Amino acid sequence: MNLAYLNLAIYLVILTALAIPLGKYIAAVFQNKIRYLAVIERPIYKLLGTSESEEQNWKQYAISLMMFNLVGIVVLFVLQLFQKSLPLNPQHLDNLSWDLALNTAISFVGNTNWQAYAGETTMSYFTQMVGLAVQNFVSAATGLAVVIALIRSFSRASTSLIGNFWSDLTKSTLYVLLPLSIIFAIGLMSQGVPQNFTNYATVQVLDPQTISQTVDGKTTSQIITTQTIPMGPIASQEAIKMIGTNGGGFFNANSAHPYENPNAISNWLEMLAILLVPAALCFAFGNLVADKKQGYTLYITMSIVFIVLALLVMCAESQGNPLLTHLRVDQLHSALQSGGNMEGKETRFGVIGSGLFAAITTAASCGAVNAAHDSLMPLGGLVPLFLMQLSEVIYGGVGSGLYGMLVFAILAVFICGLMIGRTPEYLGKKIESFEMKMTALVILIVPMLVLLGTALSLIIAPGLAGISNPSAHGLSEVLYAFTSAANNNGSAFAGLNANTHYYNLMLGAAIFFGRFGVILPVLAIAGSLAAKKKIPVSAGTMPTSGVLFAAILIGTIIIVGALTYVPSLALGPIVEQLQLIK
Amino acid sequence: MKYIRQSLVLLAILTLITGVIYPLFIYAIGKTVFPVQANGSLIEQNGQLIGSSLIGQQFSQNKYFWSRPSASSNNPYNALASGGSNLGPLNPQLISNVKDRVALLQAANPSNAPIPVDLVTASGSGLDPEISVSGAYFQMQRVAQARHLSVSQVQEIIDKNAKYPLFGFLGEARVNVLALNLALDKIKE
Repeated sequence: MNLAYLNLAIYLVILTALAIPLGKYIAAVFQNKIRYLAVIERPIYKLLGTSESEEQNWKQYAISLMMFNLVGIVVLFVLQLFQKSLPLNPQHLDNLSWDLALNTAISFVGNTNWQAYAGETTMSYFTQMVGLAVQNFVSAATGLAVVIALIRSFSRASTSLIGNFWSDLTKSTLYVLLPLSIIFAIGLMSQGVPQNFTNYATVQVLDPQTISQTVDGKTTSQIITTQTIPMGPIASQEAIKMIGTNGGGFFNANSAHPYENPNAISNWLEMLAILLVPAALCFAFGNLVADKKQGYTLYITMSIVFIVLALLVMCAESQGNPLLTHLRVDQLHSALQSGGNMEGKETRFGVIGSGLFAAITTAASCGAVNAAHDSLMPLGGLVPLFLMQLSEVIYGGVGSGLYGMLVFAILAVFICGLMIGRTPEYLGKKIESFEMKMTALVILIVPMLVLLGTALSLIIAPGLAGISNPSAHGLSEVLYAFTSAANNNGSAFAGLNANTHYYNLMLGAAIFFGRFGVILPVLAIAGSLAAKKKIPVSAGTMPTSGVLFAAILIGTIIIVGALTYVPSLALGPIVEQLQLIK
Repeated sequence: MKYIRQSLVLLAILTLITGVIYPLFIYAIGKTVFPVQANGSLIEQNGQLIGSSLIGQQFSQNKYFWSRPSASSNNPYNALASGGSNLGPLNPQLISNVKDRVALLQAANPSNAPIPVDLVTASGSGLDPEISVSGAYFQMQRVAQARHLSVSQVQEIIDKNAKYPLFGFLGEARVNVLALNLALDKIKE
């Protein structure tokens, strides 16, 4: 466990050290203080027939955003349906089925990257690079645009305008996501992540294997002398997969695949890349509202919840599986081995490097995995599940984490307002009935999708058919799938066979409404706040920075999350843990 | 209509920048600065590709160190079907798989020590190129016997190829199985 504390402490120190300057930079970009790419930006705005000074009200902003995302879904959908006729398909991979293509299109546009397919045998280089990876950029940029619009609405007064979507999206991509991706792609490549367009490599293996298969009573044996190794433009996609909290793997095994994540250094690069932008946005927020303490408070709130849950998963995994102990299996940690629960984990990461990664990827709405979450210990699997169920606001996705957290902050000041009998205010804006209605909508829609979707799937045949593990763990698989989809995470208890009409369509719908059902009310809140006057701070104003508010905010998040989900968790991982003790 | 046109135009421009120019730029850097890594860290011997140092292979002869169990479909270490077993920790299938693997390893190895956990559990990728150092030590007696080498000679090769956590916390103690077996084959020659 000392190793767990050490890893977590070093991680948080490095993350904070990188996020503070990045936050300052992001703030400066959206205050138009940094313009080194103006040469590229200006012609883009010209082609679009707009300019950054041409701001939109919240409805125009929302229509632009929805249209851009719907067009994205259609284009990506069509691309997959015709990939066989498109270039860069050296393996001649077939066109996708319509339901899988639709699920994947919604999933990548919705910044979720739920994957009901195996990349190496399904997607051509062209689809990965020109289709999926592009949505990795622009879906993250969409989230960033929304949070910037929301922050703007706090810092301005008596206007209906919240910014220009086209310019926010372009700036997010060019100034934030692209430079970071270039840096991380080069770093990952130096560690061994491939970047090429060659055919899959066929190699002669050192020790040919005889494989016997019995089909219908007939035994056939086959000698395997070669191994076909898939290739592709992996490094460029891997970088934005992390930076944009997308999480969609180039290969089926995602970041457990040695080509996506070759060693401990690349593992750390990826873990930092996941939380970098969401963490930096807290500091950007402080800078943009000209009160840095507001940003620090949110960052500390997130970090406290994260630390507790990250330690829990690392602890659960390092203790190993008690059912294996009496089988003469050595699960103790030593200088010569990681030990612990190694089912579904890679030797180079061990239980600490996998446990920490699992907490990070679900704290953020990333969903990349470097170990099979389905094979985590019951309490180890509970952590990623619960982190997602806290509405992805513990750092969260790019943009979506912070706008989710700001909605919780609004809820927290509202609850406090009720207790002390004053009209609640946040950052000088009165919180009134319209904001609270929208807040309630944001907080209710996702749990509704998760719980109703899970419940329905557990009573009808097509839902039950996908389950692969018996008893409580099977329920966890379905709960995890809907939690992951509606919260736009994208990781899975991957034993669930989700490439069926039923799951492709149900989870596709959960992703869509979980994404845009939150974004639209958030933009409505932004529109309403921007129109309000700014109230000067007085003696009666409740401070929204500092320890007290952080504690209230943690309480609000945990109470909402726990009250909503504990009954379902009790039927899944908690029952499983009890069975293990017995 | 104006919104649709703007959406299409912006998507096209950003596709060009992030979907074409960006990956080609990274490709160019890889080609010039990291040619080996960018091509998949492939290993060539006598003009023939014999594997990648990052992708594991299956071994079953006694003279070779064995890799971890692999859950990839069709056959173990099938690089076209990466993935884990996805068996839950209480799944009876997992327990019986581990039992079988323990029996197999105990029969093949003279060592009476408890078996390192990585040797009896399937990796997340199904392509794990490495085993723990203790997993290699567990097998070294068998390999030494099969090759008529002394145990200390084999241990020397393990120690030469073993990697330990960087700065004491980055990664775990491990050794690349293909590298280990290639090194062993070289001795004999």
